[in-house]
Amino acid sequence: MSQAAHLEAQATGHGHAAHDDHTPTGWRRWVLSTNHKDIGIMYLVFAIIAGIVGGLLSGFMRMELQEPGIQIFHGLAAMVYGVDGDSAIDAGKQMFNVFTTAHALIMVFFMVMPATMGGFANYFAPLMIGAPDTAFPRINNIAFWLLPVAFILLLMSLFFEGAAGTTGFGGGWTVYPPLSTSGHPGPAMDFAILSLHVAGVSSILGAINLITTILNMRAPGMTIHKMPLFAWSVLVTGFLLLLALPVLAGAITMLLTDRNFGTSFFAPEGGGDPVLFQHLFWFFGHPEVYIMILPGFGIISHIVSTFSRKPIFGYMAMAYAMVAIGFVGFVVWAHHMYTTGLSLDVQRYFVAATMVIAVPTGVKIFSWIATMWGGSITFRTPMLWAIGFIFLFTVGGVTGVVLANAGADRALHDTYYVVAHFHYVLSLGAVFSIFAGWYYWYPKMFGYMYSEFLGKLHFWTMFVGVNLIFFPQHFLGLAGMPRRYIDYPDAFTLWNRVSSIGYYVTFIAMLIFFYATWEASRKKRPAGDNPWGDGATTLEWTLSSPPPFHQFSTLPKIDSTNAH
Amino acid sequence: MVTGQFVRKLSAAATAMLALMPAYASAQEVGKGHPEPGQFHLQQSVTPIMDSIVAFHDGPLMWTITFIVLFVLALLIVIVVRFNAKANPVPARFTHNTLIEVIWTVVPIIVLIIIAVPSFGVLSDQLTTPDGERKYLGSNIFSFGEVDVPAASLTIKATGEQWYWTYEYVDDGVYFDSNILGKASDNYVQTVKPGQPRLLAVDNELVVPVNTTVSLQVTASPGGVIHAFAVPSFGIKIDAVPGRLNETWFNSRETGLFYGQCSELCGKDHAYMPIAVRVVTAEEFQAFITALKESRDYASAVAVLPAIQ
Repeated sequence: MSQAAHLEAQATGHGHAAHDDHTPTGWRRWVLSTNHKDIGIMYLVFAIIAGIVGGLLSGFMRMELQEPGIQIFHGLAAMVYGVDGDSAIDAGKQMFNVFTTAHALIMVFFMVMPATMGGFANYFAPLMIGAPDTAFPRINNIAFWLLPVAFILLLMSLFFEGAAGTTGFGGGWTVYPPLSTSGHPGPAMDFAILSLHVAGVSSILGAINLITTILNMRAPGMTIHKMPLFAWSVLVTGFLLLLALPVLAGAITMLLTDRNFGTSFFAPEGGGDPVLFQHLFWFFGHPEVYIMILPGFGIISHIVSTFSRKPIFGYMAMAYAMVAIGFVGFVVWAHHMYTTGLSLDVQRYFVAATMVIAVPTGVKIFSWIATMWGGSITFRTPMLWAIGFIFLFTVGGVTGVVLANAGADRALHDTYYVVAHFHYVLSLGAVFSIFAGWYYWYPKMFGYMYSEFLGKLHFWTMFVGVNLIFFPQHFLGLAGMPRRYIDYPDAFTLWNRVSSIGYYVTFIAMLIFFYATWEASRKKRPAGDNPWGDGATTLEWTLSSPPPFHQFSTLPKIDSTNAH
Repeated sequence: MVTGQFVRKLSAAATAMLALMPAYASAQEVGKGHPEPGQFHLQQSVTPIMDSIVAFHDGPLMWTITFIVLFVLALLIVIVVRFNAKANPVPARFTHNTLIEVIWTVVPIIVLIIIAVPSFGVLSDQLTTPDGERKYLGSNIFSFGEVDVPAASLTIKATGEQWYWTYEYVDDGVYFDSNILGKASDNYVQTVKPGQPRLLAVDNELVVPVNTTVSLQVTASPGGVIHAFAVPSFGIKIDAVPGRLNETWFNSRETGLFYGQCSELCGKDHAYMPIAVRVVTAEEFQAFITALKESRDYASAVAVLPAIQ
């Protein structure tokens, strides 16, 4: 504890040095920011805005699917295009596909990734390793500001012609050709490609910055094996981004030239192969799902340890489980393609490789449980989210084991079972870890406490809501309902209705979230440097809340006997 | 600890529900060839391939994943009850236990190997077109091959178009289109074939003989987009890719109508290009295919078949 007090003195006691600090104010502080904490906050605000857009899009989808028959999209199309009758229905069908596509792209690239690798990683990875800032503060600035540009490009794509006579790209976030080439001749897809390129550059720059920071700027004494697990998760995720995104960039560049410059990488009439694109896409796409969840793993480890007042169980196994997941994540991509006509031997390999991932994932789940075992747990808001995460991620994980088996996937591929599976690991996994991080670090970032009651109310409402949405979707998938359908045979009505009701419950949960955030900013209850007590051992809790504009002017020294 | 008690009650209820699930799922009356309202289980099987998928899913997979979820839930409940701050004010300090770490690494590996054995069998069956000699697993997935399946004696080519299917009897060189029944403006409520479900009924069903191995070639029209041919009760799903000829097979042991739906996003009418397979007796099929070859007209050929109730 004496060490913590010492660090605190270092952090806050350099007020006289603040005169030397060039502390910008007004719009310059944000737009021209090279400060990792300010940029982190901007990422979080951006993720919230994008999350609102993506969440509303899914609201239209759930309203549409609440009853069989086309419910609202012909009306929406009539409003947007000024057509009626059969033209409105046709335009509405395409608009539904555009909404599903936009929902996925926004949630993946503009909500989850900016929140975890943008917001939390930027803000807390440097603090946790005792660094004054990131390695490349100006790169950090451009990496952030490319993101609104990419988002605007994607939103613009919604208003340009895609398929003949309609606007926007409706070929799914997987952008499979030929639907994304000859199927959508208009410029909407080109805007989407450009948007992904810009978002990709943003993420690659961010990844380079964070990798360099973590490898080079750890405080004296903090060896890589003493580094907090969140920093580990960011490091592994950084490498995944660095290796996966260029492949996506290559694939969508080939799409772009197929569309505009007469190449035929993916066009069979020119000797190309549409399935080649799927291999390239999923070589990126599968690591991408780990990119979305790994930082969450790091966040959950700290929360579980803090509120159990116990050090992390099996630190080395936890760190290297993430490395293993990241590594194996690169060699399992074709399990998304079991129905494309892969040969038996290829499918056998991908079944075996995919099931291997269950082992390090199991190590993580059990190690979190072992961390809590024997602990003295207080069930504060972040801990509720963390325990919710562990349970729901387990449910999403085991359905992943089912889908890994190509033999069983034959029945479930491209059905709602898959939708349920990936929403359990992402919408209930990654998003729960984001909310866990939000409630855990909110007092640190803003200096105020939120209402514990509202935080818990948010958790319970959301827990009920998302389970209502996604658990019945397993049933729909088993019974054979294909995904990306605007309408379904009447037999699927019951579980679709339950799922839509779940959306409304989740919507209320989000209102509680916004109210809780607003309430906290109004009440201004001072949080203190460390509101969580002696379980919170990482360096950010040694600083003031919010931390000074520049921290660790004198680097903290990590005691060689100090546990991580 | 109000939250603790609530968690406990909620968990108990969830535990009871989850525990009943595999048993309940196998007990539910499920649709054959089409889904039933409220169904939460795979559709009924009429082929050896779907037999093995159902047995694999309801057996090793469902029991394993249910057990894992319940086990994790049970551990979390114990933690909430025993290790809350009130019950356990002084936290333990241990951070390692080599034995337990080895156990939770090795046991999942063993479980996965146990799953992999039937999994590879089920998969191999799906991707191996019968030659008359090879034995298939059927519903007893741990049998290592018990079910006889005759060699393929009929080849059908299904071509995905935007947005309907074209079926060709390859050996006879006859083909026809299969379109959804009903109009978009009426939400596809159709009156032509009363009793057939909305969004699944088509004008011209694919007609095949019962107890016959059908080799199915699947592709999409050149210049078109990717679709996927799927019939849940047969346990088949395979992409229709332009420029590629994919192959699968089925052998239905029951006559009747079996529906499926396009299973790869293909544009505006993705939800409106259903698949309907009508399985008839060998004699009926002979009469149908003879009539179709003569008339080249589906409507008059299908008239030789007995009406569907």
